[in-house]
Amino acid sequence: MPTVTREYEAPDVAAKAAMQAESMEATTSDIVGEKMVLNMGPSHPATHGVLRLVLEMDGEIITKADPDVGFLHRGDEKIAENMHYNQFVPYTDRLDYLAPLANNVAYALACEKLMGWEVPERGRAIRVICCELARISAHMLGVGVFAMDVGAMTVFLYTFTEREKIYNLCEQLTGARFTTSYTRVGGQVRDLPDGFVSAVRKFLDELEPVIDEVDKLLTRNAIFMARTQNLGVITKQEAIDWGISGPNLRGSGVAHDLRKSNPYLDYERYDFDIPVGTTGDCYDRYLVRMEEMRQSVRILRQVMDKLPGGPINVADAKGLLPKKEKVLMKMEELIHHFIIATQGIDAPPGEVYFGAENPKGELGFYIHSKGGGVPYRLKIRSPSFINLSILSKMIPGHLLSDVPSVLGSLDFVMGECDR
Amino acid sequence: MAIITVQRPKLAWHEKAFISTLFKGLKITLSHALRTFLQIAGKKPKVTMEYPEQKWDDQLPDYYRGAPALVTDEHERERCVSCQLCEFICPPKAITITPGEIPSDDPWAKVEKRPKEFEIDMIRCIYCGMCEEVCPEQAIFLRKDYAITGLSRKEMVHDKKRLYEIGGQRVGLVNKWNELK
Ligand code: SF4
Ligand code: SF4
Repeated sequence: MPTVTREYEAPDVAAKAAMQAESMEATTSDIVGEKMVLNMGPSHPATHGVLRLVLEMDGEIITKADPDVGFLHRGDEKIAENMHYNQFVPYTDRLDYLAPLANNVAYALACEKLMGWEVPERGRAIRVICCELARISAHMLGVGVFAMDVGAMTVFLYTFTEREKIYNLCEQLTGARFTTSYTRVGGQVRDLPDGFVSAVRKFLDELEPVIDEVDKLLTRNAIFMARTQNLGVITKQEAIDWGISGPNLRGSGVAHDLRKSNPYLDYERYDFDIPVGTTGDCYDRYLVRMEEMRQSVRILRQVMDKLPGGPINVADAKGLLPKKEKVLMKMEELIHHFIIATQGIDAPPGEVYFGAENPKGELGFYIHSKGGGVPYRLKIRSPSFINLSILSKMIPGHLLSDVPSVLGSLDFVMGECDR
Repeated sequence: MAIITVQRPKLAWHEKAFISTLFKGLKITLSHALRTFLQIAGKKPKVTMEYPEQKWDDQLPDYYRGAPALVTDEHERERCVSCQLCEFICPPKAITITPGEIPSDDPWAKVEKRPKEFEIDMIRCIYCGMCEEVCPEQAIFLRKDYAITGLSRKEMVHDKKRLYEIGGQRVGLVNKWNELK
């Protein structure tokens, strides 16, 4: 038998890999239309918390955006079903944690609607002060962070200084800088401390020059304009369709403000204007926020000018915790105190919804009660969640570097969005 | 209903070319820099503080909500009668109380009960102040301590001894057990 010699090629591992890579390159490189998926967040400085955006990119241009929320979910709605109405107040601090006072007020108003109570005039005026201070503080941060996102760091530092002053006021009023827990169903924990009104006035006098300064730094700034104008446009119809609320809605030109259209807390008695935008882009939303701060200053001045006297809590002796002095000395009040503290405020059965104009938009509480001290179901309509839902519509078509300005202009807060 | 439409400015050529904007921005920045120098020189109140060398403590209101603690009265009596109302109301369930009897030979035997164990888990506590609000004996107070730290989870659970240490004695409260009963 003759011997046949054949030659086999047996490449080693490295050579094999090189061959594979070569063939890969031949098939994949330079394919037009190849998309890349980019994860932005959940811990990205421009996503203001823990928002994750799954972006599909064609080069620098975003073709699809998928907001992924829920990283901060704490089950607040379920927690509410397991505690008294008053015990839930500290949890409302942690919804929109940039304006805890406004959340406290909104929650208290929703519960009072269920109870059929109305706080006296002075209590309402105090609540307006709380809401407007919270609005200024939230917008100060909103504008400052927005500017920082598009590259203007200075503004952030100036606005943050003012926010610290608001925190000092909160501390004087409630005993805590951040987690205010100021309201209770049927009133407030305490009346305004001595000198509070003059302290607020002093603060407002210092605030106005800072708003002007921010205005000077940003409004006519060509770079800021270039980075925000005609970006992230929400048209009037879109804004309504997607249920956007707050400054984002007004930036799109819809003059809807619950303080005007559905006045609560005597807002109809104060003279203020609603700023609306024309284009609905990031720049308009910024302008609306700036103007809203000025309007809040106006409201605050009016409230303090005609601050009524009298009681701050509802006079329903059966539904509220009795006065502490009486609890300490009198048997009847002590028994009553124990009943209220252990069983909660006895709410009538029924369903209510109350929406308040919070800095971020309409914060609504829907309460379903079956009677007794604990809600059967408590639903929170959080404005940030609904404002964010439009991202998937809004972002595609933009450059990746525009995403921070779009996010910054929407001014959301994840604590409330994920609740 | 007054609606104002926000005005979108039209930039002049010198603003577009950053000429006037540059000077405007520099003016603001310099004014702030000057202010900072004045602050350092002590001519103006400072914005920041050098914590922990400087503290804000003297500005805190009396009702500041820091760490909750138990207090004793003028006669060193534990004010708490372990009614457990605070344990019940505490939203994050940070308080655990084991009630105990006061022995009949104790001078305060008429009070009948006091806590055998009283623990507040400072990792759970959210400083809401509800315990102070519901206490019918003025026994628990939120103090001005805000820097509560510990090296372990166990250290962060304040037991009865520690709570009385932080709380100390508080005079001038209503002493119903002295006169009335
Ligand atoms: S601290 Fe007050 S509320 Fe708590 S158990 Fe003692 S007496 Fe009752
Ligand atoms: S302050 Fe609030 S969370 Fe802390 S122990 Fe008291 S009731 Fe509980």
